[in-house]
Amino acid sequence: MSHAWLEKNSIYLLIGIILVIAIGGAVEIAPLFWVNGTVEKVEGMRPYTPLELEGRNIYVREGCYVCHSQQIRTLRDEVERYGHYSLAAESMFDHPFQWGSERTGPDLARVGGKYSDEWHRAHTVDPRSVVPESIMPPYKFLLATKLDYRDIKKILQANKAVGVPYTQDQIDHAKEDLEAQADPNADGLDAMQKRYAKSQARDFDGNSAEITEGDALIAYLQMLGTLVDFKTYRAGAPENRR
Amino acid sequence: MSKKEIDDVSGTQTTGHEWDGIKELDTPMPRWWLGLFWATIVWAIGYWIVYPAWPGISSYTHGLLDHSQRDRVTADVASLKAARADREKALGRASLSDIQTNPDLLQFAMAAGKTAFGDNCAGCHGAGGQGAPGYPNLNDDVWLWGGKLGDIEHTITVGVRSTSPQTRQSEMPGFGRDGILKPAQIDDLVEYVVHVSDRSADAGAVRRATPLFADNCAACHGPAGRGNRTMGAPNLTDNEWEYGSTRDAIKDQIWNGHGGVMPTWGGRLSPEEIKALAVYVHSLGGGE
Repeated sequence: MSHAWLEKNSIYLLIGIILVIAIGGAVEIAPLFWVNGTVEKVEGMRPYTPLELEGRNIYVREGCYVCHSQQIRTLRDEVERYGHYSLAAESMFDHPFQWGSERTGPDLARVGGKYSDEWHRAHTVDPRSVVPESIMPPYKFLLATKLDYRDIKKILQANKAVGVPYTQDQIDHAKEDLEAQADPNADGLDAMQKRYAKSQARDFDGNSAEITEGDALIAYLQMLGTLVDFKTYRAGAPENRR
Repeated sequence: MSKKEIDDVSGTQTTGHEWDGIKELDTPMPRWWLGLFWATIVWAIGYWIVYPAWPGISSYTHGLLDHSQRDRVTADVASLKAARADREKALGRASLSDIQTNPDLLQFAMAAGKTAFGDNCAGCHGAGGQGAPGYPNLNDDVWLWGGKLGDIEHTITVGVRSTSPQTRQSEMPGFGRDGILKPAQIDDLVEYVVHVSDRSADAGAVRRATPLFADNCAACHGPAGRGNRTMGAPNLTDNEWEYGSTRDAIKDQIWNGHGGVMPTWGGRLSPEEIKALAVYVHSLGGGE
């Protein structure tokens, strides 16, 4: 069959190209939305707290994902070094996900709780003060920059719009919850921790006078990889096989 | 399409297109290349049959092998654990001092300890255990909470000012920050600390600070400033400084009372790993 007519009629060619790409896309992408096994059923995952979400936005803004991955692959060496391999469920509230594609620095999928807040502060100000062989640039300004969270409610709403199950209660109290998490003496702390299970609240940046971008980023980092309850997760169960 | 036309010079068929008298040859692909091309397509079909491949409505085709990357890594880790199991069990049973006299166990503990150190400890204590301001050097013979094998094992297990209920716990007050002492008194105390570390200091200030030290510092650091390991209070006379030896650094420490945090590793590492770490850290230079 001659395809000369297709090559000579650009509009048919265009329609043909779109059709072929659409089939490829449908086969590769669409099933992920309905195949039951895409996201594991796990205990413990919750949407990010407002402060963690702000920290995540800073993580994205500063391009941390360029050098750090957040994905422990199903390889022996990685499981040995970083801990349990990452689950799809662990990034189900990520828009966009932060799996990354390069490890100039180490994987951060389970960095939460591994270092103290003080270590994170020293490391943010000057990475070489704690890791002499590090080539990470300093992010001193994060600890000196006041966090601008005027639009935190809208950020939660935007996440809800793309599928993160924030409740109306969580959206209404976004600002109070953010402030409560950065101040261990805040009145709203109990209410905040009721809304977000397993959330850690303290003065992450060691500066009780104001909430800085450092507070948000460290809160986010200290939460990474700590949510899923691996005691109840059955890695060998048929529905969790991949 | 134009009709078949053979180029005179090369003997190859042309495409029939012509631009300003120049014609394009239509050289066929080499047979080996075409062969490979078709072979990859046939290979793909075999792959679909053997491995998980096609998504469906509620599941996907599992393939004849029913391969699972997750099962595989679980098996890999299990076989690694099995390979280590004998010596790990022996390590768990052996007392810390037995490990040091058994060359085979010692070698295993040192290797396991070094790996665990690189991953978990080097971030703060440095790749060689050299420490950093605020993070103790593990190569010297100065120990805040004790340098015997058992002390080190306990410190790693429970941490310092950590989230563990059994954590090693003490707090240096922020004498200036919390208004316990006046700025002038703190300046005198700085001179006193310089004096006990065997450097020349302002004699008048030292005299004024002597009762202040006895009242405020001696309870933890001892009457002579030699420290107290049950409280993790550093020896002030040994010229090893956690937060710096200059007068400014000493003043900052008295003023703010920095206290480092070491996480508890009890839940994160196995008892055997912690044992191996204790042996490794003990061997770095200062073990008692």
